[in-house]
Amino acid sequence: MMKRWKAIKRLGPLFIGLSFMLSACGRADLSTLKPQGTVAAGQYDLMKLAISIMIVVMLIVFSIAAYVYIKFRRKPEHKEAPKQVEGNFKLEVLWTAIPLVLVLVLAVPTIQKVFAFGEDYSADKNAIKVKVSSHLFWWEFSYPDYGITTAQDLIIPANKKISLELKTMDVLHSFWVPSLAGKTDTNTDGTVNKTWIEATQEGVYLGKCAELCGPSHAFMEFKVKSVSQESFDLWVASMKEPVQTIEDPAIAEVFKNQCLSCHAIGEQGGSVGPNLTGIGSRESVASILLNSEGSGQLKGSKPVKDNLIEWLTDPQAVKPGNKMPSPKEDLGLTDNEIKAIAEYLANSKVSY
Amino acid sequence: MDWLTTVDHKKIAILYLVAGGFFFGIGGIEALLIRVQLAKPMNDFVSAQQFNELITMHGTTMIFLGVMPVIFALMNAVIPLQIGARDVAFPFLNSLGFWTFLFGGLLLNLSWFMGGAPDAGWTSYTPLSTNAYSLTHGVDFYTIGLQIAGLGTLIGGLNFLATIITMRAPGMSFMRMPMFTWTSFVTSAMILFAFPAVTVGLVLLTFDRILGANFFEVSKGGNPVLWQHIFWIFGHPEVYILILPAFGVISEVISTFSRKRLFGYSSMVFATILIAFLGFMVWAHHMFTTGLGPVANALFSIATMLIAVPTGIKIFNWLFTMWGGQIRFTTANLFAAGFIPTFVMGGVTGVMLASAPADYQYHDTYFVVAHFHYVIVGGLVLGLFAGLHYWWPKMFGRILSEKLGKIEFWTFIIGFQLTFFVQHFLGLIGMQRRVFTYLPNQGFDLMNLISTIGAFLMGVGVIVFLVNIGITSRKPVGAANDPWDDGRTLEWSIPSPPPEYNFKQIPLVRGLDAFWKEKAAGHTEMTPSEPVGPIHMPSPTILPFVMSLGIFIAGLGFMFTSDDFGNSFLNFIFNNYIVTGLGLAVTFGSMLLRSLFDDHGWHIEEDELNGKGVKA
Ligand code: HEM
Ligand SMILES: [Cu+2]
Repeated sequence: MMKRWKAIKRLGPLFIGLSFMLSACGRADLSTLKPQGTVAAGQYDLMKLAISIMIVVMLIVFSIAAYVYIKFRRKPEHKEAPKQVEGNFKLEVLWTAIPLVLVLVLAVPTIQKVFAFGEDYSADKNAIKVKVSSHLFWWEFSYPDYGITTAQDLIIPANKKISLELKTMDVLHSFWVPSLAGKTDTNTDGTVNKTWIEATQEGVYLGKCAELCGPSHAFMEFKVKSVSQESFDLWVASMKEPVQTIEDPAIAEVFKNQCLSCHAIGEQGGSVGPNLTGIGSRESVASILLNSEGSGQLKGSKPVKDNLIEWLTDPQAVKPGNKMPSPKEDLGLTDNEIKAIAEYLANSKVSY
Repeated sequence: MDWLTTVDHKKIAILYLVAGGFFFGIGGIEALLIRVQLAKPMNDFVSAQQFNELITMHGTTMIFLGVMPVIFALMNAVIPLQIGARDVAFPFLNSLGFWTFLFGGLLLNLSWFMGGAPDAGWTSYTPLSTNAYSLTHGVDFYTIGLQIAGLGTLIGGLNFLATIITMRAPGMSFMRMPMFTWTSFVTSAMILFAFPAVTVGLVLLTFDRILGANFFEVSKGGNPVLWQHIFWIFGHPEVYILILPAFGVISEVISTFSRKRLFGYSSMVFATILIAFLGFMVWAHHMFTTGLGPVANALFSIATMLIAVPTGIKIFNWLFTMWGGQIRFTTANLFAAGFIPTFVMGGVTGVMLASAPADYQYHDTYFVVAHFHYVIVGGLVLGLFAGLHYWWPKMFGRILSEKLGKIEFWTFIIGFQLTFFVQHFLGLIGMQRRVFTYLPNQGFDLMNLISTIGAFLMGVGVIVFLVNIGITSRKPVGAANDPWDDGRTLEWSIPSPPPEYNFKQIPLVRGLDAFWKEKAAGHTEMTPSEPVGPIHMPSPTILPFVMSLGIFIAGLGFMFTSDDFGNSFLNFIFNNYIVTGLGLAVTFGSMLLRSLFDDHGWHIEEDELNGKGVKA
């Protein structure tokens, strides 16, 4: 009995160390080890359980191995071969039974959570419905109940279930916000997926595409902004307000002909490219040029206008393989036109 | 020339080893280039497109062309010897299997020089791998190259099944078969069931791409998720096809160098079969995030976790084989001893991944990259190194330098742990896999750098191994029959390397670890089961080589059937299936030749056997 206590005492610091190590890991808005949402928290519990079981298994195997490797080395006095043991029925049953039990311990919460996270909230009146469409290499979010569409930044109210319907417009992608919930693939028609997320705090969380989708797979990021209910309502209203038009008629004409054939701003434009309404208030341009106006103020971030100019001057240099024609090369815009359009877009803001 | 026509299993083993080493080297260089690119954030060492080609070719090469032939090399070199046979069941097919494999692999790698390598990942998920999104011929090289190479693997697997079922020496019942032969047997059975699945998938994808079929095209009623099922119904068993022979190697090495029989032999056999069976039942655990629904995810979670049980049995049986033994840490045994903890690490992360809701977080991140490298490099590659050092004297008659072997082991395993341990954490803190670069400020930088340094250390380990081989091959052939002194199985009862006919007289097997048993009874040789007599040998032939060459040409021709070469002659012969037809004509022509002309082989006569010693 005493001996066993000693063993547990020795293990104690290990577990404390483990929790420290895990929780010291990564950024809170990105790490699966610092969950900020209901689903991610449940997944983190499962991960901790699994890791603990596995550490115990490893400790047992490693100690037996170390003991054997050290204790049973061949020595010069070993002339005769050791006894040839056939096996030991009891021992073999024992190490069949122990893994079975451990697997069972992990299996029960696994099944519970599979069903909990597989719940469909799309008919729930209290949940907010969002249709997520993935494109090479950007994300579109539309809110059927509010009649608004946005791109790259998914705005949600905190502490509310968000019911997501995911679909891709081209190749397969996967929707992943590590600190809010695990990933769900965006499939083609016929196998459209549903899932849900819930952020328990306000904040901005990094999302990523987690399925190889082509050259710029690495850059297919997005943000989830969790805000208060009031801010969310304000944002919805602000998205619906008519947008200002460009004053200079020549620029306005270029913008209308060359950009709005694919993009929308406010009521006008198409839906081939990302919706640009309120792009001046987003966290990033093209998901990877970080805006210094954004919430992160990270090293390397630049004013949104500079980022827009960089993007418009050479989109392929920013995101290889993306589907936007180069404004300069293909659409014939001059540097001045690009600057003016960037200026206009940088000022297209929404409030929340 | 001798090498092109040989049908001897020992020579084919060496061919497989050389080819495997070659492709392994290519895959390794690709891995290092990947790691250089990821050493720091926003690196521009290679482009995004090149990176995707690199990961695709690295994965494909390693799995299909790198480790597979090394496994086949060991199986070819060892199985006939372990069961007391003079060759495999179908020597002609054995050679055919090698050459189709080699030409398939070469075809795949030609893509680097012919307009772009495949770029859709080694899993080639549709629609990314369809014409619409993968613009070069890369994926065609993938589908056609792998079909040809897969044919070789299937032929090889069938051959081993037939060999092990029909050619065991008198007295060698199934439950007296050495463990390596057992695991190879089960592996071959898995090949028989798994490879047809991938062949079907590859054919469908080829048809979609080259003939405009619509198996995976949604707008025409196809379904991309279908590809995932087909791929993983093959793909999951494939990883067990890879690891089971390594389990066999470890069983042999550990028991020899502990001077003890394998602990719990029958439970080892049972566990092997159970792993193979479960291996086929769990493919959908690669698809938890695909959206199969909670019921499927729950079932596949549990089935996957159950694999931990037979695997656990194996680990403990190995440890208890050594328990009470007299362990000698030769290089081979060092690799085996390193295998156990490393493989356990890969195994436990496997169980973690099996829990579907948690896998929603791990899937397609560096956590998974770490997991499967712990299993395939930490498990399989360490196992193969153990096997190579162990059987090298038997294959080549020379013992590899132990001193260099130890340097090689330590650099390789330390490099390995450095490379892949930190990747678990990279995945957990949000780094997805298959990204050609990453933005700074995410906390990924340091760990990626460590990983790259580790990868180069592994490279050093491999180079030391090559140096070791180089130095050793200069020494004269002189290894004893039983160079480790404690050999237990039949292969150690004959000279190293064995004569062409292996056994002058087929031995009589009187128990498990047949040779050990005879030695314990005070004998130095096996008791023969037949009198000395003339030995029938198959004749060498160039036909397998020509047949495979034909398939290779046909494959190349088929791939370019709708291309415009800007040259009317080339257009004519490719677009009218003339090249394809020519290739097929060569193949079918040589098949016809083979059927029309009976070849009865030749005999080694009695006086020859007694006369000139035993060395071939
Ligand atoms: C020198 C040792 C190796 C290093 C440093 C290495 C490194 C890597 C890296 C960095 C990746 C890319 C991860 C990603 O972004 O998805 C990768 C992928 C992969 N590796 Fe290795 N690797 C090594 C050896 C092996 C071996 C021996 C095998 C198999 C026998 C293997 C199989 C794979 C597979 C299947 C992939 C996935 C490819 C894909 O995503 O399509 N690797 N490896
Ligand atoms: Cu994507």
